[in-house]
Amino acid sequence: MRRLALVAALLAASGIASAQDVLIRNATVHTAGARGTLQATDVLVRNGRIAGIGSGLQAGGAAVVEAQGRPLTPSLFGGVTDIGVEEVSGESATVDATLALGANAADMQVRPEFDVTLAYNPESVLVPVARVEGIGWTLLSAGTRAGGSFIGGQGGTVRLDGSLDPIGPRVLFVSLGGDAASLSGSSRAAQWMLLDQLVDEVRGRIPQDSRFALLTPAGRAALSKYIGGGGRVVVRIQRAADIVRLLRWSKQRGVNIALLGAAEAWKVAPQLAAAKVPVFVNALANLPADFDELGATLENAARLHAAGVRVSFAQAGDASHNARKIRQLAGNAVANGLPWDAALAGLTSVPASALGVGNELGTITVGQRADLVLWSGDPLDVAHVAQQVWLDGRAIPMRSRQTELRDRYLRSPAPADAGGLPRAYPGDTR
Amino acid sequence: MSKPLTAALAAALTGGVLLAGCASAPSKPATTDAKPDAGFAADPYPSTYRRVMSPPVLLQGATVLTGTGARLDGADVLLRDGKVAAVGTGPDVPADAVRVDATGKWITPGIIDIHSHLGVYPSPGMSAHSDGNEATAPVTSQVWAEHSIWPQDPGFHAALAGGVTSLQILPGSANLIGGRGVTVKNISAITYQGMKFPGAPWGLKMACGENPKRVYGQKGGPSTRMGNIAGYRAAFADAAEYMRKRTEAAGKPEGPGKRDLKLDTLAGAINGDIRVNIHCYRADEMAIMLDLAKEFGFKISAFHHGVEAYKLADRLAAEGVCGALWADWWGFKMESFDGIQENIALVDRAPGGCAIVHSDSDEGIQRLNQEAAKVMANAQRVGISIAPEHAIRWITQNPAKAMGILDQTGTLEAGKMADVVLWSGNPFSSYAQAEQVYVDGARLYDRRDPSRQPRSDFMLGQDLVRGGVQ
Repeated sequence: MRRLALVAALLAASGIASAQDVLIRNATVHTAGARGTLQATDVLVRNGRIAGIGSGLQAGGAAVVEAQGRPLTPSLFGGVTDIGVEEVSGESATVDATLALGANAADMQVRPEFDVTLAYNPESVLVPVARVEGIGWTLLSAGTRAGGSFIGGQGGTVRLDGSLDPIGPRVLFVSLGGDAASLSGSSRAAQWMLLDQLVDEVRGRIPQDSRFALLTPAGRAALSKYIGGGGRVVVRIQRAADIVRLLRWSKQRGVNIALLGAAEAWKVAPQLAAAKVPVFVNALANLPADFDELGATLENAARLHAAGVRVSFAQAGDASHNARKIRQLAGNAVANGLPWDAALAGLTSVPASALGVGNELGTITVGQRADLVLWSGDPLDVAHVAQQVWLDGRAIPMRSRQTELRDRYLRSPAPADAGGLPRAYPGDTR
Repeated sequence: MSKPLTAALAAALTGGVLLAGCASAPSKPATTDAKPDAGFAADPYPSTYRRVMSPPVLLQGATVLTGTGARLDGADVLLRDGKVAAVGTGPDVPADAVRVDATGKWITPGIIDIHSHLGVYPSPGMSAHSDGNEATAPVTSQVWAEHSIWPQDPGFHAALAGGVTSLQILPGSANLIGGRGVTVKNISAITYQGMKFPGAPWGLKMACGENPKRVYGQKGGPSTRMGNIAGYRAAFADAAEYMRKRTEAAGKPEGPGKRDLKLDTLAGAINGDIRVNIHCYRADEMAIMLDLAKEFGFKISAFHHGVEAYKLADRLAAEGVCGALWADWWGFKMESFDGIQENIALVDRAPGGCAIVHSDSDEGIQRLNQEAAKVMANAQRVGISIAPEHAIRWITQNPAKAMGILDQTGTLEAGKMADVVLWSGNPFSSYAQAEQVYVDGARLYDRRDPSRQPRSDFMLGQDLVRGGVQ
């Protein structure tokens, strides 16, 4: 409630009348949907939903924002992150992203029932840092580490509006290939063996009390939702040969996959297109970081798109604190051949539909949540920034812990010999 | 886990173990004492760099950012004999000059990265390649990063495609004093000596804060920040004593005695022959290091990473210390928690301030221009307008100055090395691409000409099974 009160106070101060009604007039509207880009267009928001898209729309009491031709987009997907699940990466007490019940790699604990969204803290400082840059939502991931298994557990999609619970269905995370081989007895071949065993357990072919059983009863129930035409399984995978094996396996078992990372996905783009598998690529990966990624290229996204694959983005490195960098991935994909509209879709409508939230967000379409961003210029170019973000039609305060620090050190304090207080005190300008 | 931790530190943690496994190599008696008075910065591993020969090149009709702070529109740049021969309009053009139509394109000096681990943490990131941190003792000033460089790191070529013509390769940050860094030209060579920038001073790598105390906290210390400072002080006190003894012994018949490789490097830093580069995040720790430098009489060239540099930007400027910084990294550990996106702009804003965009990353080094663009965009948001001709200095002139190579490169001025980038447009954009990159006047990269795109030995033959994945 305090947060809501603060937002209301800020809106009052900035002269915006009603929290969830707004008319954004004369924008370059990138719908990321069927209507493409609309020049000099108005977007009307009522009760937090998009109520109209056109020209000459009447405000009818809603606050009016003059866009002056600037780009308006849906709020952006922040990638696959630990936003709100970690605060400081190097401090384990602040990180809840992975499960490791076992003592080490040999002591594998398979717990697909693990749900990382239960650790999500909507008041994390990472949330405002991301959303003032136009990031409106993200997929929380369940990571993989020694003492856990290559089945990371479940994540989900959260909107960065302060709400506690995810929207849309849960997603299961699995890691395959060389990176995860230490969690499958030193060989990636055993990943298929273990996956098949898990399927057998879910289907009751291995008794619950068998000494070979890996799953708890809750684990069986959780995993059953993803086998035989169920929920989305996001698979971290890089090497082309592994991807092809995954395509065969998932077809056989009726598993609805998406790829994450997928440095060599371009090599098997037609198969991915035929299987309608969405791919989350790190569009800046072009080095042979390991032997699974020898084919890494900046043209991965462009080649996948050209073959008809739905492409979204996800970062390696510091995906959470620097989630805002995902725009740079999209822009660089464009510089390397991906059509601009496809790149924007990769930050909006493609991940929304892949994650089962496409009816709620991801495009500027009548009826969708009014999660919108007005930009200073081309949103895929690092030369431009988000100027205003709306979530459910509410103009969010464009402030974060970083802007607070910035503003404290931006001002020139009164000198000490003039009785000036240290910067730790509110300045005259506040 | 975040990149900074994995690259510089996690590798360090395993590095010590692996190095111990190599102890079976035959050892030779040390013979490093051949020239007792060769100085603390003598180089027994000299550069063998030779520029690639090229006819003169005339780049015509571009927007030129000279790196000196000037912008010239519709200007020509003439490269001859490896040097910048002229910048401006209508130079005398030799008959054999190769003419390049640069209309609508932009030209800048070659990009310089002051903080790279290419070659010492190369791709692929195998355990066998983890050569960037000699994490066996908190002070290892005797080690030289150049002796770890794998010249076949494919990252060098990727950086070249991003316009990088010179870079400083540093040891990692596991140690209080990690060793000597080296500056190289970004040219393909069989040996690192073939890349070594002729005449460039070495850089000493030191590290503040969390990393050394984490690495050594359970290995005999230091385990605290106060332990860190005591460690630097003890090392420099030893170096001061060493310098005094050698000076006293210089004229005597028995000579100065055996050299101490560890103290040679620190003595070189005190002398000013070796540039001091300090990995340091927090403002309060940078202030301590400035006092440490005064205590032992050395000059700090640049603080690296410095996510809190904005908190003491005026002090850094007044002391003539550069800030080599990221555009937006933060939060991967406590000492990076106060990062802001205007850090570089605020360090730059201080009168006399010296801001540098650095990478510390095999990805970031490929697009330092975009990192600078982010800084400009964020500065604009708070009313600080920064022109392209000014911002380009963060990735050209300023790193060259901090690295001690500004008399040779870093700006487009007649007589300097012809290290030049031809960009597809304004470089401060996600869409900008380096189309041609010249190193000492030779076109060593051309985006449109596969015959001018180098490939590492490692990448050869990796893609010969056509249709191998069906």
